[in-house]
Amino acid sequence: MKIKSQRDFWSGLMFLVVGVAFAWGSTEYAFGTSARPGPGYFPFGLGILLALLGSLLLFKALTLESEGGDPIGHIAWRPLLIIVLAIAVFGAALPRLGLACTLPLLVILSALAGDEFHWRDVLISSVVLTVGSWALFILGLKLTIPLWPTYITG
Amino acid sequence: MDLLNNLGVGFQTAMSLQNLLYAFFGAVLGTLIGVLPGLGLVATIAMLLPSIYTLDATPALIMLAGIYYGAQYGGSTTAILINVPGESSSIVTAIDGYQMARSGRAGPALAAAGLGSFFAGCVGTIIIAIFAPPLTELAFKFGSAEYFSLMVLGLVGAVVLASGSLIKAIAMIVLGLLLGQVNTDVITGTARFSFDIPELTNGIGFVVIAMGLFGFGEIIANLGQPEEHHEVFTREVKGLWPTKEDFKEAWPSVVRGTALGSILGVLPGGGALLASFASYTLEKKVVRNPRVPFGKGAIQGVAGPESANNAGAQTSFIPMLTLGIPPNAVMALMVGAMTIKGIQPGPQVMTSNPELFWGLIASMWIGNLMLIVLNLPLIGIWIRLLTVPYRFLFPAIVVFCCIGTYSLNNNSFDVYLAAAFALLGYVFCKLSCEPAPLLLGFILGPMMEENLRRALLLARGDWSTFLTRPLSAGLLIAAALMIFVVMLPSIKNKRQEAFQEEA
Repeated sequence: MKIKSQRDFWSGLMFLVVGVAFAWGSTEYAFGTSARPGPGYFPFGLGILLALLGSLLLFKALTLESEGGDPIGHIAWRPLLIIVLAIAVFGAALPRLGLACTLPLLVILSALAGDEFHWRDVLISSVVLTVGSWALFILGLKLTIPLWPTYITG
Repeated sequence: MDLLNNLGVGFQTAMSLQNLLYAFFGAVLGTLIGVLPGLGLVATIAMLLPSIYTLDATPALIMLAGIYYGAQYGGSTTAILINVPGESSSIVTAIDGYQMARSGRAGPALAAAGLGSFFAGCVGTIIIAIFAPPLTELAFKFGSAEYFSLMVLGLVGAVVLASGSLIKAIAMIVLGLLLGQVNTDVITGTARFSFDIPELTNGIGFVVIAMGLFGFGEIIANLGQPEEHHEVFTREVKGLWPTKEDFKEAWPSVVRGTALGSILGVLPGGGALLASFASYTLEKKVVRNPRVPFGKGAIQGVAGPESANNAGAQTSFIPMLTLGIPPNAVMALMVGAMTIKGIQPGPQVMTSNPELFWGLIASMWIGNLMLIVLNLPLIGIWIRLLTVPYRFLFPAIVVFCCIGTYSLNNNSFDVYLAAAFALLGYVFCKLSCEPAPLLLGFILGPMMEENLRRALLLARGDWSTFLTRPLSAGLLIAAALMIFVVMLPSIKNKRQEAFQEEA
């Protein structure tokens, strides 16, 4: 069996797996009857529907010819991993280090994801963005975001 | 005259200093993101949602609406000047607009786009004011079964009129509906799909999904592509005012575009994008012997689609305001914004919050006026922004999105979740699965489930209730017809053609 459309194949597989997972997971909740639908009723039906749609895509990907095999193309690992990592680091660091230290870290990290990296530009960006965010979010919108590291403020 | 009274209330609300300021702010911001390539509309609105917690509902929605139609203006500027549509609804504008700019007629192109949009915006506002009240009355006759069927129609409509694979789009809706099931069941209080994580029992925040898929996802996808360098026609924008011939040629296109856009905007899945594509096709059919051929800088090819996309942007508010059903991703965020402010979207908004309803409508007209003042004389400033390199832009977007997600609940969990959706967003992008239907499904999911279960409860478990109630049956048949028609081979090819128009 040859895959005739890469994108359809993998998305079909994804929908199939996720659909089955949701349908299977919803068996843990009361299904009820059609007259008294329980919490598992709607998600179970949706999960089955998604799995069916996924299978349909898989079937299509294996039978219908597509232009050039519809390849997924190269994956931009660097921006993908760096950006996702930068967001996660921000989440972990903000409550502990505060805005004043986390934002420069976030800016420098995420700037590494780009094609060009110039220290001068990145430093300017991080200062401007940190001060700007402090003014906008803490002074202006009065959000309760820690500004300094907890070991300084106690 | 009810209409005049209502508009009176609206203008009174919209003319208050605070609301004027927010309309202005929204319009400026909208133009800005429209101009900046690589910063999308949905991402920006999602980014701003956390900040509206501190605002009243009316100014908040006025601001968000301003961003939406402001972006339509801004998007055309980049389409004309550098052949990069700032928003997807300006894709067709780039075809003839850029050619006009290359032959030194950037000014008339920008003016045609701006004036056409303004005209369309005014008409759109009036259409909303006229048609919203009767639709609202109709919506009050809806029971649970009808609402469920209406949502099915809305979701189906949203995908058949969109580009790309139909099966994938429907699957994305279902995936969105399923993600909406991660919550605590309203009827029994059972926590579902929460994996014993307390944060998940309240459901996934739609801001988190929108920021992850659209905000971060867009950045990753943009960075994955090699940076493009564009020719910018900065110095050549002089003589903004169109000639007499330009006017003569452009105004019929503006009227046609406005009419077409107004109709298409109301349809589920419609709005700005579809309107502009359809209008370009129409112009090519109607204008037999253009002075300048289409694709070479015909002013009709700019005036028509630009009017259409603005008209469509305006009238797509109708289903959102009257029925609480968002026809596209931006409206889905507006529905979310209303929910944040404690307003249940639906037909009751008009009676329970008349200032909000009519104020929003009036502010659209005012916003359009501001935009024309803002855009045409200040075009030079907007052009200069085009030269901001993406490497300065994207860290700023990351920062705002991160702070936005964190501040939703002052909790890092939402940030981690957004990181996961960023990853997912890139996967979707690589598999060419459009994320917008997922967002629509996610927003409508809980409402759909509630109405389905209530309808079944009332009908004692009889599924045929959806087909025996005439209104509900009509809506479902309409949905089925839509899918059927799109599946027809001849239409299928046309649909692909329409969206690939030299894109």
